[in-house]
Amino acid sequence: MTRQLIIDGNLVEVEDGLTLLQACEQAGAEIPRFCYHERLSIAGNCRMCLVEVQGSPKPIASCAMGVADLPPNRDNSPKIISTRSETVKKAREGVMEFLLINHPLDCPICDQGGECDLQDQAIAYGSGGSRFAENKRAVEEKYIGPLIKTAMTRCIHCTRCVRFMTEVAGVEELGAIGRGEDMEITTYLERGILSEMSANVNDLCPVGALTHRPWAHNARPWELRKTETFDVMDAVGSAIRVDARGREVMRILPRNNDAVNEEWISDKTRHVADGLRTQRLDQPYVRKDGRLVPASWDEALAAVAAKLKSANPDRIAAVAGPLAGAEEMFALKDLFARLGATNVDCREDGAKLDPTLGRASYVFNSTIEGIEKADAILLIGTNPRLEAAVLNARIRKRWRKGGLTVGLVGERVDLAYPYEHLGSGGRTLTELADGKHAFADVLKNAAAPLVIVGMSAIARADGGAVLAAAARIASAATSGKDAGWNAFNVLHTAASRVAGLDLGFVPEKPASTDVASFVAAAGKGDLSVLFLLGADDIDTQALGNAFVVYQGSHGDAGAHRADVIFPAAAYTEKSATYVNTEGRAQVTARAVFPPGLAREDWTIIRALSALTGHTLPYDTLEALRAAMYKAAPTLAALDRVAHAPASALDALAKGKGAINDEPFRTAVRDFYLTNPIARASAVMAEMSALVTQAGRQASLAAAE
Amino acid sequence: MLLEDKDRIFRNLYGFHDSGLDGARKRGAWDGTKFFIDKGHDWIISEVKTSGLRGRGGAGFPTGLKWSFMPKSDPRPSYLVINADESEPGSCKDREIMRHDPHLLIEGALLAGFAMRAHASYIYIRGEFIRERERLQRAIDEAYAAKLIGKNNVHGWDFDLYIAHGAGAYICGEETALLESLEGRKGQPRLKPPFPANVGLYGAPTTVNNVESIAVVPDILRRGGHWFAALGLPNNTGTKLFQISGHVNRPCVVEEEMGIPLRQLIDEHCGGVRGGWSNLLAVIPGGSSMPLIPAEECETLSMDFDSLTKLKSGLGTAAIIVLDKSADVVKAIARIAYFYKHESCGQCTPCREGTGWMWRVLERMARGEAQKSEIDKLFDVSKQIEGHTICALGDAAAWPVQGLIRHFRPEIERRIDAYQAAHREAAE
Repeated sequence: MTRQLIIDGNLVEVEDGLTLLQACEQAGAEIPRFCYHERLSIAGNCRMCLVEVQGSPKPIASCAMGVADLPPNRDNSPKIISTRSETVKKAREGVMEFLLINHPLDCPICDQGGECDLQDQAIAYGSGGSRFAENKRAVEEKYIGPLIKTAMTRCIHCTRCVRFMTEVAGVEELGAIGRGEDMEITTYLERGILSEMSANVNDLCPVGALTHRPWAHNARPWELRKTETFDVMDAVGSAIRVDARGREVMRILPRNNDAVNEEWISDKTRHVADGLRTQRLDQPYVRKDGRLVPASWDEALAAVAAKLKSANPDRIAAVAGPLAGAEEMFALKDLFARLGATNVDCREDGAKLDPTLGRASYVFNSTIEGIEKADAILLIGTNPRLEAAVLNARIRKRWRKGGLTVGLVGERVDLAYPYEHLGSGGRTLTELADGKHAFADVLKNAAAPLVIVGMSAIARADGGAVLAAAARIASAATSGKDAGWNAFNVLHTAASRVAGLDLGFVPEKPASTDVASFVAAAGKGDLSVLFLLGADDIDTQALGNAFVVYQGSHGDAGAHRADVIFPAAAYTEKSATYVNTEGRAQVTARAVFPPGLAREDWTIIRALSALTGHTLPYDTLEALRAAMYKAAPTLAALDRVAHAPASALDALAKGKGAINDEPFRTAVRDFYLTNPIARASAVMAEMSALVTQAGRQASLAAAE
Repeated sequence: MLLEDKDRIFRNLYGFHDSGLDGARKRGAWDGTKFFIDKGHDWIISEVKTSGLRGRGGAGFPTGLKWSFMPKSDPRPSYLVINADESEPGSCKDREIMRHDPHLLIEGALLAGFAMRAHASYIYIRGEFIRERERLQRAIDEAYAAKLIGKNNVHGWDFDLYIAHGAGAYICGEETALLESLEGRKGQPRLKPPFPANVGLYGAPTTVNNVESIAVVPDILRRGGHWFAALGLPNNTGTKLFQISGHVNRPCVVEEEMGIPLRQLIDEHCGGVRGGWSNLLAVIPGGSSMPLIPAEECETLSMDFDSLTKLKSGLGTAAIIVLDKSADVVKAIARIAYFYKHESCGQCTPCREGTGWMWRVLERMARGEAQKSEIDKLFDVSKQIEGHTICALGDAAAWPVQGLIRHFRPEIERRIDAYQAAHREAAE
């Protein structure tokens, strides 16, 4: 149904379900607002969006008035709406004046300055001066955690932060206490907010009441160079904007991408920025007499080339870590192939994923946007809240609409929405796969079921069987339904993983050989050279006498064990391709240059190849990409998800093997410390400590 | 001509008789209730419409019409919520009903609930009303015990009545804030639309009525809508509880016909204005939120909705606050402004910020410590609050200030002059 309105003299036809504010925007009228936000519930409390509606004695808050709720004119003529009349102008000036009377005039020392809604709208809609002659209100400072700096005197009580925490994050820790002009936004008890999404309130805050504590008073928005790129802290691939000054990343903010992160990012994505400055590898190192000493590039490259040339190709191996870009994995695999070696693996955690079973066997087939269509979700061995916080927010969003049943096999965790705990291990999963469990019927009766498998469930010896069982559950749940709906989803935690699998960065026999076998071989002395491409989460103490090359950006576990270190670029310092858990290829952009002598990853491997006598045939990034796209065409389809029908799972579902009843654990134990950059960040360390302490206190309280 | 005893609805207003079930029955309560229920939902609504009853909580919306907005067939339950959060300064009628004639309210709740197809009703009672609540609860217990209400009662309409005790916030008297509070949340008004008749308590269709509006329903049905409509003035029918406080010789609550002249009300029931009628300065006719009316307009004033609206004021809850010439009218309005500043819920901007601003300016004006230009500024600020807020509290805060400026600008200017004169001398 549509409806006709006359907005500022223009006849427009708008959808019935819109609010008046949206209708006015469609008609090209600008409506100022503070409390209204597209992704939050409507509060209607700032009163800035008042418009004049024919037949209404009072101006109407357009954000809260549905077009369908407007009483019709007697003669059914279109309603006349005015957004620019004298009445509206006066009402807005009035609201603006009220907002400003108790707002401090501290813009020069406020971090929001330059990107403040209140500043902008005061210029556009306010009157010239103030008539307020009384004293301004001051509010006592609050402590709400290491990420959010408060200056509550500046608060205009729009309650966006409260609504975000309650609705999107699902953590009811922010609220308003007090009445009238004494109303204050607070955490009730003086303590930090414990949510992996909390810092989004800083973006939502239209004034400087909530700003980013880690980069407080560091930079002004207009001095920053803004680069649009993608996040690699998890496998969601959130769209971000990196703001840099000189050679330093000052801050990371979310960008809008409805298909992936809407406009939220996790606290790790945002506040890992300081980790990009510390613990950096800024020059090559070579181990001499047991100690790592600074070396020149020539020296380091020559040392590695000599080892690679002399080693038997069966005795060299490479492991790609969670932050490796597709370009360097492609180059490294190419080099290894030219050396005659096949032992490369991107499955650092040992996940039993096998790219030969087809792409549908290792991606999130239903897509993140598809979650909003789901009406039953089965989670297997995953805690999406920690493994993919933004994706979990999407599940919560779907749950809030009602009519969603969630079942979990694995560890009991707080997902921010209720779920049915079906069991913790293989026995429950087998029952589900055999259709003997009641939840199998829930999935069968659902119009759009989802099965989500986490990394911890498949990174174990019976992982292949778990995957096969999950595929069987998904196939059974969708059989006889829309053939286009693929219910099988793998939730990755490593940003590099899907690209690695797309490139075939796995050993020749991926089912039997894996990272664990490399480590075991190294420990036994059967491995001469182990090349770690940003891989730190393997047991670096168990590598025996193997010659270890570490290429990466941060001095983490891998670098400590290395015999040669190649300093490389972090994700903000290079243009690299990452494929998110859905199979969506996205290319990052360089916001700053790598520090010191560090170089972009693929150029290091290209330089190394020349010294081994197997020069890789690409001298530019474009040439490398052309070759890479030929090898893995899906990487060329940027920001697109290749859709796989349900039948694509057949090969995977045939897999056999018993599933052990050992409980599934959660892949991410400490949300804030999952990768080398995060582990280098002081902010992440502080958050991690805070959460650990809160957990300890909670368990103490429970014990009492 | 005063209201005759035979036309009185609240026959135990002063608590001279037994407020329990037996006493109430002797005064006619619970008589014929089953008969009215047997006549059906629509008959009750049409009878209330005939009576011309307008809501007694302040806004004066026709009660029968309000009930007819309730959906007739809806899978959701319907609720009747009775607003006993009597917090408007000056108002003290609902408490008298709950203390002394609670069975009229309970019977009315059953009949009104039946009319709108509600099986459950909540009485939201003001936090400070401890004894009132006890009395009311006792009466409800009596009604349950006598099977007048509850499941399988003698009237054949299952009906549960619950009391919810508020915490004393003025804003919880606003119907949607009341619903929020009833649901266990912070009492803040909801956005309208949707109106409670569509989406009210727990998302179900709900009607919120004042205690007095409900308590008069049984007598309207017993004596017929036409009887009620014959009392009072056209469009302002029936009887009404007037509460007169302030500078009169005998403050009181009294049931009178709508449209009674103010002077007659004060002279006959309250023993006149303190110091005689000529000593009258102004009255606040309907609770603190209504603009005051100066003495010269009180002479012929008739106490009903329409007459007072014509004078840019309102009947409100008919809580008449009388000020004689000894009263400091600016200070009085400043105190009222403080009340609204204190009771503003803080949800929306104009009321949250504006009420404090107005109070601070008025406090200075009461001392004369202001500029004359500020009078117009104050009026403008009050206009910026009025009509720009989510609920009517913004209007309620703005109106008294506007009334003061409209009628007592010379008094404010005199004080400013006096203050400046005194301080000029001091400066010299």
